[in-house]
Formats: sequence, C-alpha cells, structure tokens
Amino acid sequence: MEYTKTPKSVSPRQRKRKNLLTAWSFIAPNFIGFFIFTMIPVVFSFVLAFMNWDSFNPPTWAGFNNFIRMFQDETFKISFWNTIWYTIGTVPITMILSLFFAILLNQKIRGMAFFRTTIFFPYITSLVAVAVVWNMLFHPTLGPINQFLNFIGISNPPGWTSSSQWALPAIVIVSIWRNVGYYMILYLAGLQSIPPELYEAAEIDGANKWLQFTNITLPGLKPTTFFISIMATINSFKVFDLIQVMTNGGPGRATNVLVFDIYNEAFVNFKFGYASAIALVLFAIVLGVTIVQFRFQTKNK
Amino acid sequence: MAAEPVKLDGNSDGIVETKGYKQHADLIKKIVVYTLLIIISILMMIPFFWMISSSLKFDNQVFEVPIRWIPTNPQWANYKTIWTQIPLAKFFENTLILSVVITFIQLVTSSFAAYGFSRMRFKGRDALFLFYIGTIAVPWQAYMIPQFIMMRQLGLTDKLLSLILLQSFSAFGVFLMRQYYEGIPEELSESARIDGLNEYGIYARIILPLTRPAIASLTILTFVNTWNDYMGPFIYLSSTENKTIQLGLKMFVSLYDAQYALIMAASVLSVLPVALVFLTQQKYFVEGIATSGLKG
Repeated sequence: MEYTKTPKSVSPRQRKRKNLLTAWSFIAPNFIGFFIFTMIPVVFSFVLAFMNWDSFNPPTWAGFNNFIRMFQDETFKISFWNTIWYTIGTVPITMILSLFFAILLNQKIRGMAFFRTTIFFPYITSLVAVAVVWNMLFHPTLGPINQFLNFIGISNPPGWTSSSQWALPAIVIVSIWRNVGYYMILYLAGLQSIPPELYEAAEIDGANKWLQFTNITLPGLKPTTFFISIMATINSFKVFDLIQVMTNGGPGRATNVLVFDIYNEAFVNFKFGYASAIALVLFAIVLGVTIVQFRFQTKNK
Repeated sequence: MAAEPVKLDGNSDGIVETKGYKQHADLIKKIVVYTLLIIISILMMIPFFWMISSSLKFDNQVFEVPIRWIPTNPQWANYKTIWTQIPLAKFFENTLILSVVITFIQLVTSSFAAYGFSRMRFKGRDALFLFYIGTIAVPWQAYMIPQFIMMRQLGLTDKLLSLILLQSFSAFGVFLMRQYYEGIPEELSESARIDGLNEYGIYARIILPLTRPAIASLTILTFVNTWNDYMGPFIYLSSTENKTIQLGLKMFVSLYDAQYALIMAASVLSVLPVALVFLTQQKYFVEGIATSGLKG
C-alpha cells in the first residue's frame, strides 16, 4: 500500500515511523486504560491463584495448596454441581424456545416488530426489578403462581425460593424467561442468512414444511446453533446477579454457584488467593468451551 | 425478504385449481401463528403487568385473589412516597453519572482505536489485536479480584471513579466498532489520502459519518449494560449515598420487605429509563447484538 504521491520528499523510514506514531495515537487512549485496568489484572489473577493473600497478613506463596484445598471444600463442590445443574436446566430449553420463537417471527406478518419487542423486553430490563417481581410471583403461600397451581387442583405446590429443592428450578425458569429473547435475535440473524432460493427450490420439488425445516433450516443454522450453545453455556457458568437477588445462594447452600463462591471467598472472607484459584477453575472451564467452538469452526471451513 | 415461499405458489402456473384450498390453509396458518404469538407475548409480559398493577395498590391488595389487573382505586401516591422513603433521586443521579460517563469514554476511545486497528497498517497490528480481543474470552469474574486489590490500593473503593476506570476501556467496544469499519470500502480512505487528507481528517470526515449506526449500537448497548449492571457496583459501592439504582432497589427490598406496593413502584421506576431508551432505539440495539453476538 505504498503511495508515491507524497508531496514532500520524506525517506520511507521516516514515513514508516510517522505512520506508526499516527497509528498508536489512535489506539493509545483506549489501550492505556485497557492495559492498566484489564490486562495487568488478567495476568495478576494467575499469580494470585498460587498465593496466600488475605489482606491482613503479608502475602506468601501457596504453591498448589489453594487447589488442593478446593477439592476438600464442601462449599466449592456444592457450588460446582449447582452451576452444572443450572447450565443443564437453562441451556437446552433456552435454545429450543429461542429457535422456535425465531422461526415464528421470521415471517412477513403484520405486527412482527411488536411481538419481537415483547419477547426481547425482559432481557433489557434491570435484573433487580425483574428478580424482585419474580420473587413475589413465586411467594410460597401468597404468590400468584402457587395460587394458580392451587386453583388448577395442585394442593401441595412447591415452595420455590424457600425450598432447597425448588429454589434452583425457580431461578432456571426466570433465567430462561429473561434470556430467550437475546438468543432469539441471534437465531433470527442466522435464519436471514439462509438463501431464500433454497426454500423456493424445495417448494418446487414438493418438499413439505417439515422436510424443509430438517433439510434446509437446521443445517443452515448449524453455525448459529453451535455459537449459541457455547455462549449460553459460558453465560450460565458466569451466573451471579439473578441468584444474589433472588435467593442469596440459599436456602442453605442450595443455589450457591461458582461465582457466588468466588465472591464470598474474596469479598466476604477476604481470601483473595483462594478465591482466585476458584476463579482460575472458572476461567479454565470457559476456555475449554471456547476452544471446542474454535476447533469446530475451523473444522467446518 | 421475498423469502415467503407460500406466496410463490399463487404466482406459478399449474397450481391454480388448488388456489382456493391454499388460501384457506394460509388463513388457518395465520390464525395459528397469531394465536401462538399472542399467548407467548402475554406470558412474557405478565410479570411487567403485575409489577405495574401492584405498584398502584395498597400493600394488602397486592396478593389479593383473584388478581385485579386494573386497580379500582389507583394509589398514585406510591410514586410520590417512594422518593422520600429512600434516596431514590441520589441513586438515579449516581446511575446516570456512571452510564453517561462510561458510555462516552467507551465510545470515543473505541471508535478511535478501531480506526487504528482497521485502517492503519503497522508491524504487529494483527497480533496485538488478537491479544486484545482474546481478553474478551476471559470472564470478568476471573480477574475482578486483582482489579479490586488495585482499586483498594488506589483508595478508590466506594467511589464511582473506580467503576468508571474499570468499565470505560473495554476491548468489546473496539471489537464491535472494527466489525463495522471492515465493511467500509478501503478505496474511500485511499482516495481521500491521495487528496491530501491525513489520517485524522479521514477519520473525522469519512469514517465517522459513515459509522453512525455503529456508534448508535455501541452507545445503547453500553448505556443499557451500565445502567443494569449489578455485580460491579455491588462489589465497589458500599455506602448508601454512592449506590446505584440497582443496589438501592435491592437495599429497599431487604429493609422494607413487606411494603410490596412501594417495592413495585421503585421497580417500575428503575426499569423505565432503559425501557424508553430501548423502545426508541431498538433497531440499533438489535443490530449491535446481531453483529457482535456478544454482550458487553
């Protein structure tokens, strides 16, 4: 990309240097802040996981002690499995529903924009407000949900957020309700990238809607589906806000998840080293999921 | 979107005799689709209907059976009381400061940096960019602890400035803007370069005007994310006068957990600004999500 029409005679070397300076003047304002407040902490978090750092005593090296301790820590185990159950509970249903909604909405029908907005709306509303409302709806004795269950003849409805058995399912329901619109948007984008000619050709060949769905829509959405499954999995491993507001990890430790554990160890018990070790495990899981996606994408090309 | 396959049949020959049947089937299909969509929409919106209707009742009416969706004697006073019960105005002010400042810095620095990464050529650019966006894959929860130690060292905990510093310089913004820049033909800047415009001129006169939709997308995504952020403020802002609306609402709920109607009024107020921004700028929001596939 050499342009020789430079007005004054400048040596290529000087030009190159000037070019580099200009480039960095564009990047620097963002990069400096990013380097200090994100990159350094990212690197430091790896070191911290191998240290004892409790904010009262001077930090010391811990070697693998934090990790050994983790596997004996009952709370860690509980939060790990709760996170897994939360993921299993949310990801498949969210994906199926969002695909279904996207297909319903991918038509030329009057009022589509309105329906899309209503499905997407929960995703943009503030989480605390939403969690508070659902907590009231789920109220074990007074809540409209159990009133309704009573009405249709279920005499002993679940205690939802006050029962250690039903608290996680309650959170899963709210999470699906809140996030389905987001993934629907991604699916809609995927649907619109499928060439319409494929459907036209299938129609001429006499393929019915179901055949069109299984032979054109689903294969066409394969990259989208894979991407969404990764995103949804990663996001469910990072869940915190919803649980903090709805159950605060309870009752007991019934809804304690990984990030909740990290938060408690770091900012309640001030065990920065140990908390960082758990955070590293979280990062390893997220990285593993990302690598799977990357492998899949490169294999597909 | 001429993708409507059913319509095609009406135009093509040889299917004329089945046209009546086709129209009939179309009508049934339409009715089914509409019924489904209306049911789904109602289910999605019920919590909000309930929220608004409860916010206009007395506390002891909130859980009344059967649910009275339209309160007979709406208690508009709830929306007045709430401002004195908790420092709601202060919460709004803090949230607004955070959202506006973070969005502004994010926008300026991201669009600038994206230009550097997308339109300038220099050694190591691609490696640096890869490294840069690689951090998007690292969950924030994995490095929030070193960030906290850093902020404590700087004496910035329980100050709005801590969150501004931590959230204003994201790689996500750069990534999103660069995605848009890549769609602008290189020839435009090349011809401007020949006309003697320097890089800053090209950025200001050519790229910036062309990327207005991208800027709108990033603005609304960042604003909504910052407004709704919970965990960041939850870690950093502990004293009441520094709390954001999210934290304030949570505080109110734990302090007065039986004042159902007031809680709902506060919830409605906390959702309202973002709902308005979203409803007016929806297009850009959706575009931003579809482009990036990521949330901030």
